[in-house]
Amino acid sequence: METLWFCLVAVMIAMYVVFDGFDIGAGIIHNFVAADDAERRKVLASIGPVWDGNEVWLLAAGGTLYFAFPKLYASSFAGFYLPLIIVLWLLILRALAIEFRSHIQSDLWRPFWDVVFGGASLLLAVFYGAALGNVVRGVSLDARGDFFLPLWTNFRVGAEVGILDWYTILVGVLAAATLTLHGSLWVALKTDGELQQRAHRWARLAWPVTALLTVVVTIATFAIQPQVPGNFARYPWGAIFPVLALAGLVGMRLWLRLETERNAFLASCLFILGMLTSAAFGLYPYVLPATTGPEFGLTIYNTATAGYGLRVGLAWWIPGMLLVAAYFVFTYRRFAGKIRLDQVGHY
Amino acid sequence: MDTALGIHRFQFAFTVTYHYLFPQLTMGLALLLVILKTQYLRTNDEHYNRSARFWAKIFAINFVMGVVTGIPLEFQFGTNWSRFAEAAGGVIGQTLALEGVYAFFLESTFLGLFLFGEKLLGRIGHWFAAFMVFVGTWLSGFFIVATNAWMQHPVGYRIAEDNKIVLESFWALLLNPWLPWMYLHTMIGSVVTAAFVMASIGAYYLLARRHEAYGRTFVKLGVTAGFVASLLMLFPTGDQQGRMVAKHQPVTLAAMEGLFETRQWAPVAILGQPDVERGRLDNPLTIPGVLSFLTYRNWAAEVKGLDAYPRDLWPDQIPLLYYSFHIMLGLGTIFIAVMTVAFVLLRKGRLFSHRPALWTLMLLLPFPYIANTAGWFTAELGRQPWLIYGLMRTTEGPSVQVSSGNAMFTLIGFMGMYALLTVLWLFLCYREIERGPEPAQAS
Repeated sequence: METLWFCLVAVMIAMYVVFDGFDIGAGIIHNFVAADDAERRKVLASIGPVWDGNEVWLLAAGGTLYFAFPKLYASSFAGFYLPLIIVLWLLILRALAIEFRSHIQSDLWRPFWDVVFGGASLLLAVFYGAALGNVVRGVSLDARGDFFLPLWTNFRVGAEVGILDWYTILVGVLAAATLTLHGSLWVALKTDGELQQRAHRWARLAWPVTALLTVVVTIATFAIQPQVPGNFARYPWGAIFPVLALAGLVGMRLWLRLETERNAFLASCLFILGMLTSAAFGLYPYVLPATTGPEFGLTIYNTATAGYGLRVGLAWWIPGMLLVAAYFVFTYRRFAGKIRLDQVGHY
Repeated sequence: MDTALGIHRFQFAFTVTYHYLFPQLTMGLALLLVILKTQYLRTNDEHYNRSARFWAKIFAINFVMGVVTGIPLEFQFGTNWSRFAEAAGGVIGQTLALEGVYAFFLESTFLGLFLFGEKLLGRIGHWFAAFMVFVGTWLSGFFIVATNAWMQHPVGYRIAEDNKIVLESFWALLLNPWLPWMYLHTMIGSVVTAAFVMASIGAYYLLARRHEAYGRTFVKLGVTAGFVASLLMLFPTGDQQGRMVAKHQPVTLAAMEGLFETRQWAPVAILGQPDVERGRLDNPLTIPGVLSFLTYRNWAAEVKGLDAYPRDLWPDQIPLLYYSFHIMLGLGTIFIAVMTVAFVLLRKGRLFSHRPALWTLMLLLPFPYIANTAGWFTAELGRQPWLIYGLMRTTEGPSVQVSSGNAMFTLIGFMGMYALLTVLWLFLCYREIERGPEPAQAS
């Protein structure tokens, strides 16, 4: 039962990154691909009806993590205190930029929010990547299962780590590159003309960076977290996850060349899903390893709530997710196709 | 330790109070939007659709403020209250996850359709989107009030071997006897805010002689909804809520009323300042017997005062609790009076030209916000010294690993950011109100 919930939470987090990832990525390239106000409105309109729903995956995943693994939620949220609060501030600024930008037609107002939107999106991508890096690398847990990390110590991976060290920064940069690519493919899918061409160019730039960093981060991960090579050696079938990621990466390149935007975007989704499930598979059964010694690590077994809560949770989680799937299919179908500014309300 | 606890408490109180300025409008406004869209469907009069579109803009601004200030709350259970999260996450994590899965997805999906899809969906589809936004916001309210109701009156749990509080009955959690009245009281309080805001803007248009046709629609709907909702706040929801407090949190009741001594013919205090040091109510103006009657339906019944309980069970902020409760109750009474008069004038067809009444409606705009805030202060301060009533004290709940310096850093950050947000929010709402339902330029 704990393993099942581990998979479900991992999938929810992966869904969050796949969905909110493309609107964060669109934010990163927003100021660079779109030359004038009309083009920027198109970028915004492409995420307008969906970004809020995408962000709900974060809340739903957070809530699910909270009830299924309360100890993990409590320990990690308090231990990552400062970066999490900074993420909150970035989420606030970004959402306001999206919503408030359109209200006033002004040469001061709109460019201001454009910069806020782009900057907050980029920083969020880096922070999310660094957060994942922290979870993979592990933190300095004590015997009670608590920790508190400063933002940085000496930028080295050791026992007394900070949030930012060379490894987590590397993962952060990879996340930024991945989401830039993901967002570029989304914008290319949703637009046409010069804007689309520029989005293509961004995707073609971001692809080799992502591919290179993927290789580097994979090597680094195998080097610093022994649990990961251990798991892949113990359960060779787990190679399916990295293979999916690799297929996504290659698929993106092929379809990018053919300018088949839809397939390229889906390949990017596959890449992200493959990468995140690989990380989850590599860590299992740990949910937060310890740099202070393997016996201090938090696992699904020492953080999960009692069996009844997990079982009853499943009873509402499954129908709930079916509903969510229905909403998403409906919304994305309704708003499918290229953005035309005369057809969107609100912006 | 003591200062860190104080900062954690203050930060949560500050962020949650600020957050609730927005949902308390949008939840009620979602209902009023459905009414406007229904009137549009029934009459096919574009006037109602434009009215709905105008309020949808106000709704969107407030909704996004509610979303961005709401996310920190779910995070803060872990960041600032990790001991509490660890102990009780198996229970309240359920309702918070339910809110995410069942309410937030619904809300965000249909809000996207509502704001962006009017041309795509057609008239009935767009009405349905508005209706589902209403369902989503009210469902979200349900799950969050269910969470709070469990903290006020824990049910359906057991203490596991490792001292964790784990869920034993899902249905007991959702059918908590504390929940229905608290939920209705909260949601109708939100309708009160939305109705007063709508009536206030309508009155402003009428007094300023702008958009007068819309002003009449807004005043009519606002006063009608406000009249019904204000009455429902007192009876039955407020009355029943009070009886729940009397039954399950008698110390809280005594502190709310400033009743230091156990007595028969227990009074309610209209005025007076609780003097905790001397154990009495200074400058009291009281009506004897009313508290006994409200609590036990018997004017002479004995009501236990604070003296009946050991001091370590007393709420730790008795004066603030007492004032919050009295501000809520006093404002609620004023709302009923004003809305009754306004409703009678409306029925007689005299309201739209009755300047004193319109001025009153216009100026009352901030007060339902104050009343709702005071109501939540009453609930939350009344629960003290408990974080989970009878199970876990507030002092046992915070993240001990987060130092006061780190907590202070984020508190200052939140205060600065929210100050900025307030300016933006007021500016944008003011701008939409100034532009009105029929903006001069096309598109």
